[in-house]
Amino acid sequence: MIQGIFHYEFLQNAFLTGILIGFLAPLLGVFIVVRRLSLIADALSHVTLAGIAASLLIERKFAVMAGLNPLYLGMVFSVGGSLFIEKLRGVYKHYQELAIPIILSSGIGLGVIFISLANGFNTDLFSYLFGSVTAVSRIDLVVISIISVVVVVSIVLLYKELFILSFDEEHAKASGIPAKTIHFIFIVMVALVIAASMRIVGILLVSSLMTLPVAASIRIAKGFKQTIFFSIIFGEISVLGGLFSAYYLDLAPGGTIVMIAVLILVLTIFYKKLMIKRHVQKEIQFNERS
Amino acid sequence: MQSIIEISHLFYRYEKDIVLNDINLTVPPKSFLAIVGPNGSGKSTLLKLILGLLKPQKGKVQLFGQDISKFKDWQKIGYVSQKANSFNTGFPATVFEVVSSGLTKKIGLFKSFKKVDAAKVMKALEAVGMETFHNRNIGELSGGQQQRVFIARALVSDPKLLILDEPTVGVDAQNVSSFYQMLSDLNTTQGITLILVTHDIGTISDKVSHVACLNKHLFFHGDTDEFEQMRMEELSKTYGHDIKLLTHEHGHEHGGVLK
Repeated sequence: MIQGIFHYEFLQNAFLTGILIGFLAPLLGVFIVVRRLSLIADALSHVTLAGIAASLLIERKFAVMAGLNPLYLGMVFSVGGSLFIEKLRGVYKHYQELAIPIILSSGIGLGVIFISLANGFNTDLFSYLFGSVTAVSRIDLVVISIISVVVVVSIVLLYKELFILSFDEEHAKASGIPAKTIHFIFIVMVALVIAASMRIVGILLVSSLMTLPVAASIRIAKGFKQTIFFSIIFGEISVLGGLFSAYYLDLAPGGTIVMIAVLILVLTIFYKKLMIKRHVQKEIQFNERS
Repeated sequence: MQSIIEISHLFYRYEKDIVLNDINLTVPPKSFLAIVGPNGSGKSTLLKLILGLLKPQKGKVQLFGQDISKFKDWQKIGYVSQKANSFNTGFPATVFEVVSSGLTKKIGLFKSFKKVDAAKVMKALEAVGMETFHNRNIGELSGGQQQRVFIARALVSDPKLLILDEPTVGVDAQNVSSFYQMLSDLNTTQGITLILVTHDIGTISDKVSHVACLNKHLFFHGDTDEFEQMRMEELSKTYGHDIKLLTHEHGHEHGGVLK
């Protein structure tokens, strides 16, 4: 297997991309989860689907455009969708979560129309829905590397502001933080990472890579930085485990990645329970002795 | 010495209802002012005007001797809202991280947290008696402890004036008096001017230096000794009905007043 990675370019691409995604998705996921925006990832991934379908349709109808990387239109749609969500959240101030189903269903609706216009797609669509090891090209890897650098630099530079905005939006605004601008930068980053992740995990499962590792991490971490740290560790374990088993067992990587993340989540829940039990027992022993 | 806040002939109305009618209020440095009044008396509106979240429609508000429209030094003012109690208690952040967030604006965009800042955070935690909890997750603390942490978050940027909007909501009764003692210590030892909007004037009256009774008009504004002498009369004027009715409706909240 390890030799395989060195031999085949497509495996190099898949693993390097996987490592980047396993880092980026949980990193942004922490901020998404604590701000209770988990469903935004779902909405944006479905909008990305519409972009990919549009791209495949164009490719089919106009021979000139053959070879167009669906990643690009996917990103354009995803970023566009994120801007729409923000707009809608402003329109429905008291029903902010309403923006998510509106965008999600629009994404699916558009996607299905594009697919039917192209009389159904023979090849790629399945791999976009559930992820694939063979689908990642060298250009994809380059694009995702650039996104990674941009995201990591932004998070490092804006960490304080993102933290205060996540913890207490009102306090952030009251203390004069440019909340709107920072939120805008953040949501565009989320859109980019979602579009970038679809090659490996697939559109239907992208959001789980942003939320499940964080859900597990919150159970056991102390403080915010540790939550980020454990989320990334869990994300990497899931992605690498998923890709290895996809290669060996010929499973869709998206599915295995998600199931490994679920397994980690279940383990952390049990671990936490065990710790609490032990703590209580210790306390009882201590009380008996004294 | 220059007053911290000077309000003269301030009016404010929402649509047709006048909420603040000809308010005159002076807050001298190092004072501890309690603002009391029933629901809908304009307390929150007054706070919003002082914090610059609303603009005065008529009258003047001066902060640190400067007209509020020109005032830029917002770091001098710390604010602890009632809402601090309703934050996401499952948020995975330590007490230290929460208090650090109070420095965000002061440190500035694109700059990171330094060792000096960490020392400031610990100092603010000591001031509210929470230094031993710095490594605990905020959600594990009791309501009163959390409120202390939020005060530390306001204190960390070194404000001259601290405004608290009903900070004891969600703090259990037995901890309320030690909470007020801590505020009083901040006022006397660190010389921070405090404004406290509250319902429990009974518990607080021996800690504060000035009292303002507000119900659209300012019914009373003076130091605590004067207030002691006339509080029955003033409170019944503020609340607009006689004391018996007050007992009946708000007995639990104003127990101290009615003794």
